[in-house]
Amino acid sequence: MFILAVMCSARRTALERGDLRDALALGAAITVVGMSFGALAAAAGVPPLLTVAMSVLVFAGGSQFLAVAVVAAGGAPVAAVAAGLLLNLRHLPFGLAIGDLAGRTFPARLLGAHILIDENVAFARARGSGPRARAAYRACGALLFVGWNAGTLVGLLAGSAVPDPASFGVDAAFPAALLALLLPSLRAPDARRVGLGAAVVALAATPFLPPGLPVLVALLGLLFAGRTEADR
Amino acid sequence: MTWTAVLALAAGTYLVRLAGILLRDKVTLPQRLARLSDLGATALLVALVAAAALTEAGGFAGWARPAGVLVGGVAAWLKVPFVLVVVLAAGTTAGLRAVGVG
Repeated sequence: MFILAVMCSARRTALERGDLRDALALGAAITVVGMSFGALAAAAGVPPLLTVAMSVLVFAGGSQFLAVAVVAAGGAPVAAVAAGLLLNLRHLPFGLAIGDLAGRTFPARLLGAHILIDENVAFARARGSGPRARAAYRACGALLFVGWNAGTLVGLLAGSAVPDPASFGVDAAFPAALLALLLPSLRAPDARRVGLGAAVVALAATPFLPPGLPVLVALLGLLFAGRTEADR
Repeated sequence: MTWTAVLALAAGTYLVRLAGILLRDKVTLPQRLARLSDLGATALLVALVAAAALTEAGGFAGWARPAGVLVGGVAAWLKVPFVLVVVLAAGTTAGLRAVGVG
Protein backbone atom coordinates (compact mmCIF):
# COMPACT_ATOMS: atom_id res chain seq x y z
CA MET A 1 0.00 0.00 0.00
CA PHE A 2 2.83 2.34 0.87
CA ILE A 3 4.56 1.66 -2.42
CA LEU A 4 1.27 2.44 -4.13
CA ALA A 5 1.21 5.79 -2.32
CA VAL A 6 4.75 6.52 -3.50
CA MET A 7 3.78 5.62 -7.06
CA CYS A 8 0.68 7.83 -6.91
CA SER A 9 2.68 10.73 -5.57
CA ALA A 10 5.09 10.05 -8.42
CA ARG A 11 2.39 11.14 -10.81
CA ARG A 12 1.91 14.42 -9.00
CA THR A 13 5.55 15.34 -8.49
CA ALA A 14 8.63 15.41 -10.63
CA LEU A 15 9.57 11.83 -9.79
CA GLU A 16 10.55 10.06 -12.97
CA ARG A 17 9.70 6.46 -13.73
CA GLY A 18 13.35 5.50 -14.11
CA ASP A 19 14.20 7.13 -10.80
CA LEU A 20 11.46 5.14 -9.09
CA ARG A 21 12.80 1.90 -10.59
CA ASP A 22 16.33 2.70 -9.39
CA ALA A 23 15.05 3.60 -5.92
CA LEU A 24 13.17 0.29 -5.79
CA ALA A 25 16.45 -1.54 -6.48
CA LEU A 26 18.09 0.19 -3.51
CA GLY A 27 15.00 -0.53 -1.41
CA ALA A 28 15.20 -4.23 -2.29
CA ALA A 29 18.90 -4.39 -1.40
CA ILE A 30 18.41 -2.64 1.94
CA THR A 31 15.57 -5.04 2.79
CA VAL A 32 18.04 -7.93 2.66
CA VAL A 33 20.41 -6.08 4.99
CA GLY A 34 17.49 -5.21 7.30
CA MET A 35 16.64 -8.91 7.50
CA SER A 36 20.15 -9.70 8.66
CA PHE A 37 19.94 -6.90 11.22
CA GLY A 38 16.69 -8.29 12.64
CA ALA A 39 18.14 -11.79 12.82
CA LEU A 40 21.40 -10.59 14.38
CA ALA A 41 19.65 -8.46 17.00
CA ALA A 42 17.43 -11.41 17.93
CA ALA A 43 20.48 -13.67 18.23
CA ALA A 44 22.18 -11.04 20.42
CA GLY A 45 19.21 -11.13 22.79
CA VAL A 46 17.83 -7.66 22.00
CA PRO A 47 14.06 -7.65 22.78
CA PRO A 48 11.99 -7.67 19.55
CA LEU A 49 10.14 -4.44 20.32
CA LEU A 50 13.42 -2.66 21.01
CA THR A 51 14.86 -3.91 17.71
CA VAL A 52 11.82 -2.60 15.80
CA ALA A 53 12.02 0.73 17.66
CA MET A 54 15.69 0.96 16.72
CA SER A 55 15.06 0.47 13.02
CA VAL A 56 12.14 2.93 12.99
CA LEU A 57 13.67 5.64 15.18
CA VAL A 58 17.39 5.44 14.47
CA PHE A 59 17.16 4.34 10.81
CA ALA A 60 20.92 4.27 10.27
CA GLY A 61 21.99 0.71 9.55
CA GLY A 62 25.70 0.97 10.26
CA SER A 63 25.17 2.48 13.70
CA GLN A 64 22.49 -0.08 14.56
CA PHE A 65 24.77 -3.02 13.72
CA LEU A 66 27.58 -1.34 15.64
CA ALA A 67 25.49 -0.61 18.75
CA VAL A 68 24.18 -4.18 18.90
CA ALA A 69 27.71 -5.54 18.39
CA VAL A 70 29.11 -3.37 21.20
CA VAL A 71 26.45 -4.59 23.64
CA ALA A 72 26.74 -8.20 22.46
CA ALA A 73 30.49 -8.02 23.12
CA GLY A 74 29.77 -7.01 26.72
CA GLY A 75 30.08 -3.23 26.27
CA ALA A 76 27.97 -0.77 28.24
CA PRO A 77 24.90 0.77 26.53
CA VAL A 78 26.60 4.17 26.87
CA ALA A 79 29.51 2.88 24.80
CA ALA A 80 27.07 1.56 22.20
CA VAL A 81 25.37 4.95 21.93
CA ALA A 82 28.70 6.78 21.70
CA ALA A 83 29.99 4.45 18.99
CA GLY A 84 26.74 4.77 17.02
CA LEU A 85 26.67 8.56 17.28
CA LEU A 86 30.30 8.83 16.18
CA LEU A 87 29.46 6.76 13.12
CA ASN A 88 26.46 9.00 12.35
CA LEU A 89 28.28 12.34 12.70
CA ARG A 90 28.89 12.37 8.93
CA HIS A 91 25.20 13.13 8.48
CA LEU A 92 25.85 16.70 9.59
CA PRO A 93 28.07 17.66 6.65
CA PHE A 94 25.68 15.69 4.41
CA GLY A 95 22.77 17.81 5.63
CA LEU A 96 24.82 20.94 5.08
CA ALA A 97 25.56 19.86 1.50
CA ILE A 98 22.06 18.82 0.44
CA GLY A 99 20.22 21.71 2.12
CA ASP A 100 16.76 22.06 0.63
CA LEU A 101 16.84 18.72 -1.22
CA ALA A 102 15.48 17.41 2.10
CA GLY A 103 12.43 19.65 1.77
CA ARG A 104 11.59 23.28 1.25
CA THR A 105 9.19 23.95 4.11
CA PHE A 106 10.06 23.48 7.78
CA PRO A 107 7.72 20.48 8.34
CA ALA A 108 9.05 18.88 5.15
CA ARG A 109 12.59 19.30 6.47
CA LEU A 110 11.67 17.77 9.82
CA LEU A 111 10.52 14.67 7.91
CA GLY A 112 13.29 14.87 5.34
CA ALA A 113 15.94 14.88 8.08
CA HIS A 114 14.90 11.42 9.27
CA ILE A 115 15.44 9.82 5.86
CA LEU A 116 18.90 11.34 5.40
CA ILE A 117 21.19 8.35 4.80
CA ASP A 118 24.23 7.85 2.58
CA GLU A 119 22.43 6.12 -0.28
CA ASN A 120 19.67 8.70 -0.34
CA VAL A 121 22.10 11.63 -0.37
CA ALA A 122 24.01 10.10 -3.29
CA PHE A 123 20.77 9.19 -5.08
CA ALA A 124 19.34 12.72 -4.88
CA ARG A 125 22.61 14.52 -5.64
CA ALA A 126 23.01 12.46 -8.81
CA ARG A 127 19.80 14.14 -9.99
CA GLY A 128 20.89 17.74 -9.59
CA SER A 129 19.28 20.21 -7.22
CA GLY A 130 15.85 20.88 -8.71
CA PRO A 131 12.37 19.39 -8.28
CA ARG A 132 13.49 16.06 -9.75
CA ALA A 133 16.21 15.70 -7.11
CA ARG A 134 13.80 16.64 -4.30
CA ALA A 135 11.23 14.10 -5.53
CA ALA A 136 13.99 11.48 -5.83
CA TYR A 137 15.13 12.23 -2.26
CA ARG A 138 11.60 11.74 -0.89
CA ALA A 139 10.81 8.60 -2.87
CA CYS A 140 14.17 6.92 -2.35
CA GLY A 141 14.21 7.81 1.34
CA ALA A 142 10.68 6.48 1.83
CA LEU A 143 11.45 3.22 0.01
CA LEU A 144 14.69 2.74 1.94
CA PHE A 145 12.81 3.35 5.20
CA VAL A 146 10.09 0.84 4.33
CA GLY A 147 12.61 -1.72 3.08
CA TRP A 148 14.83 -1.40 6.15
CA ASN A 149 11.94 -1.77 8.58
CA ALA A 150 10.14 -4.53 6.69
CA GLY A 151 13.48 -6.35 6.49
CA THR A 152 14.04 -5.93 10.23
CA LEU A 153 10.61 -7.42 10.96
CA VAL A 154 11.15 -10.40 8.66
CA GLY A 155 14.60 -10.96 10.15
CA LEU A 156 13.18 -10.91 13.67
CA LEU A 157 10.49 -13.43 12.76
CA ALA A 158 12.70 -15.72 10.67
CA GLY A 159 15.65 -15.54 13.06
CA SER A 160 18.42 -17.96 12.22
CA ALA A 161 16.58 -19.05 9.07
CA VAL A 162 17.75 -15.79 7.44
CA PRO A 163 20.67 -16.59 5.14
CA ASP A 164 23.88 -14.59 5.45
CA PRO A 165 23.53 -11.52 3.17
CA ALA A 166 27.21 -11.94 2.28
CA SER A 167 26.28 -15.04 0.29
CA PHE A 168 24.19 -12.75 -1.97
CA GLY A 169 27.02 -10.23 -2.28
CA VAL A 170 24.84 -7.46 -0.86
CA ASP A 171 27.93 -5.99 0.82
CA ALA A 172 29.29 -5.27 -2.68
CA ALA A 173 25.97 -3.92 -3.97
CA PHE A 174 25.98 -0.83 -1.75
CA PRO A 175 29.46 0.53 -2.46
CA ALA A 176 28.89 -0.25 -6.17
CA ALA A 177 25.57 1.63 -6.11
CA LEU A 178 27.15 4.63 -4.38
CA LEU A 179 30.01 4.58 -6.88
CA ALA A 180 27.57 4.49 -9.81
CA LEU A 181 25.70 7.46 -8.36
CA LEU A 182 28.96 9.36 -7.78
CA LEU A 183 30.59 8.79 -11.17
CA PRO A 184 28.92 11.71 -13.01
CA SER A 185 30.00 14.21 -10.33
CA LEU A 186 33.56 12.84 -10.51
CA ARG A 187 33.86 14.18 -14.04
CA ALA A 188 34.80 17.54 -12.50
CA PRO A 189 38.58 17.64 -11.90
CA ASP A 190 38.27 19.24 -8.43
CA ALA A 191 35.77 16.56 -7.31
CA ARG A 192 38.14 13.86 -8.61
CA ARG A 193 41.10 15.28 -6.69
CA VAL A 194 39.06 15.67 -3.49
CA GLY A 195 37.56 12.18 -3.85
CA LEU A 196 40.92 10.51 -4.43
CA GLY A 197 42.43 12.33 -1.44
CA ALA A 198 39.44 11.37 0.72
CA ALA A 199 39.63 7.70 -0.28
CA VAL A 200 43.36 7.50 0.47
CA VAL A 201 42.96 9.21 3.87
CA ALA A 202 39.97 7.02 4.85
CA LEU A 203 41.74 3.79 3.89
CA ALA A 204 44.98 4.80 5.65
CA ALA A 205 43.08 5.75 8.83
CA THR A 206 40.75 2.72 8.98
CA PRO A 207 43.12 0.33 10.83
CA PHE A 208 43.85 2.93 13.52
CA LEU A 209 40.62 4.81 14.24
CA PRO A 210 37.20 3.69 15.56
CA PRO A 211 34.39 3.29 12.98
CA GLY A 212 33.11 6.62 11.71
CA LEU A 213 36.24 8.68 12.27
CA PRO A 214 38.14 7.57 9.13
CA VAL A 215 35.30 8.85 6.93
CA LEU A 216 35.22 12.16 8.82
CA VAL A 217 39.00 12.53 8.62
CA ALA A 218 38.59 11.95 4.89
CA LEU A 219 37.21 15.49 4.71
CA LEU A 220 40.93 16.38 4.62
CA GLY A 221 40.53 15.53 0.95
CA LEU A 222 39.07 19.03 0.68
CA LEU A 223 42.66 20.30 0.89
CA PHE A 224 42.90 19.25 -2.76
CA ALA A 225 39.86 21.31 -3.76
CA GLY A 226 42.02 24.08 -5.16
CA ARG A 227 40.45 27.37 -6.10
CA THR A 228 37.95 28.35 -8.73
CA GLU A 229 37.85 31.61 -10.63
CA ALA A 230 35.16 32.83 -8.24
CA ASP A 231 37.43 32.36 -5.21
CA ARG A 232 40.15 34.63 -6.44
CA MET B 1 20.62 -2.83 24.67
CA THR B 2 18.21 -0.69 26.71
CA TRP B 3 15.34 1.65 25.83
CA THR B 4 17.39 4.59 27.11
CA ALA B 5 20.26 3.66 24.79
CA VAL B 6 18.00 3.27 21.74
CA LEU B 7 16.19 6.54 22.41
CA ALA B 8 19.47 8.38 23.01
CA LEU B 9 20.97 7.02 19.79
CA ALA B 10 17.77 7.89 17.89
CA ALA B 11 17.54 11.43 19.28
CA GLY B 12 21.24 12.12 18.77
CA THR B 13 21.20 10.78 15.21
CA TYR B 14 18.10 12.78 14.32
CA LEU B 15 19.54 16.01 15.75
CA VAL B 16 22.77 15.51 13.79
CA ARG B 17 20.74 15.04 10.60
CA LEU B 18 18.48 18.01 11.26
CA ALA B 19 21.34 20.28 12.36
CA GLY B 20 23.09 20.09 9.00
CA ILE B 21 19.91 20.71 7.03
CA LEU B 22 18.76 23.64 9.17
CA LEU B 23 22.26 25.13 9.39
CA ARG B 24 22.39 25.35 5.62
CA ASP B 25 19.15 27.28 5.79
CA LYS B 26 20.10 29.69 8.57
CA VAL B 27 23.39 30.89 7.19
CA THR B 28 23.59 31.90 3.58
CA LEU B 29 26.83 30.26 2.65
CA PRO B 30 29.16 32.34 0.56
CA GLN B 31 29.63 30.72 -2.84
CA ARG B 32 33.06 29.46 -1.88
CA LEU B 33 31.79 27.62 1.22
CA ALA B 34 28.78 26.26 -0.67
CA ARG B 35 31.19 24.72 -3.16
CA LEU B 36 33.30 23.28 -0.36
CA SER B 37 30.25 21.77 1.40
CA ASP B 38 29.23 20.15 -1.87
CA LEU B 39 32.75 18.81 -2.42
CA GLY B 40 32.68 17.70 1.23
CA ALA B 41 29.71 15.45 0.48
CA THR B 42 31.65 14.02 -2.46
CA ALA B 43 34.65 13.43 -0.17
CA LEU B 44 32.50 11.61 2.40
CA LEU B 45 30.75 9.47 -0.21
CA VAL B 46 33.97 8.46 -1.99
CA ALA B 47 35.52 7.67 1.39
CA LEU B 48 32.48 5.52 2.23
CA VAL B 49 32.76 3.68 -1.09
CA ALA B 50 36.47 3.01 -0.56
CA ALA B 51 36.03 1.89 3.04
CA ALA B 52 32.96 -0.22 2.32
CA ALA B 53 34.55 -1.83 -0.74
CA LEU B 54 37.87 -2.73 0.83
CA THR B 55 37.62 -2.91 4.60
CA GLU B 56 35.73 -4.89 7.21
CA ALA B 57 36.15 -4.32 10.96
CA GLY B 58 39.38 -2.38 10.44
CA GLY B 59 41.02 -4.99 8.19
CA PHE B 60 40.92 -6.12 4.56
CA ALA B 61 37.47 -7.27 3.43
CA GLY B 62 38.81 -10.06 1.19
CA TRP B 63 38.90 -10.15 -2.63
CA ALA B 64 35.31 -11.06 -3.46
CA ARG B 65 33.80 -7.75 -2.37
CA PRO B 66 36.19 -5.29 -4.07
CA ALA B 67 35.98 -7.45 -7.22
CA GLY B 68 32.20 -7.06 -7.23
CA VAL B 69 32.43 -3.32 -6.63
CA LEU B 70 34.97 -3.03 -9.45
CA VAL B 71 32.70 -4.89 -11.87
CA GLY B 72 29.81 -2.64 -10.80
CA GLY B 73 31.96 0.46 -11.20
CA VAL B 74 33.11 -0.48 -14.69
CA ALA B 75 29.50 -1.28 -15.66
CA ALA B 76 28.38 2.14 -14.38
CA TRP B 77 31.21 3.79 -16.30
CA LEU B 78 29.97 2.02 -19.44
CA LYS B 79 26.54 3.51 -18.71
CA VAL B 80 24.89 0.20 -17.89
CA PRO B 81 21.50 0.87 -16.19
CA PHE B 82 21.71 1.37 -12.43
CA VAL B 83 19.64 -1.68 -11.48
CA LEU B 84 21.95 -3.89 -13.54
CA VAL B 85 25.03 -2.29 -11.94
CA VAL B 86 23.73 -3.29 -8.51
CA VAL B 87 22.87 -6.82 -9.66
CA LEU B 88 26.24 -7.29 -11.43
CA ALA B 89 28.19 -6.16 -8.36
CA ALA B 90 26.26 -8.42 -5.98
CA GLY B 91 26.30 -11.31 -8.48
CA THR B 92 30.06 -11.12 -9.00
CA THR B 93 30.77 -11.11 -5.28
CA ALA B 94 28.23 -13.87 -4.58
CA GLY B 95 29.63 -15.94 -7.45
CA LEU B 96 33.22 -15.57 -6.27
CA ARG B 97 32.21 -16.58 -2.74
CA ALA B 98 30.30 -19.56 -4.07
CA VAL B 99 33.53 -20.85 -5.65
CA GLY B 100 35.48 -20.22 -2.45
CA VAL B 101 37.07 -16.79 -2.98
CA GLY B 102 36.96 -14.92 0.34
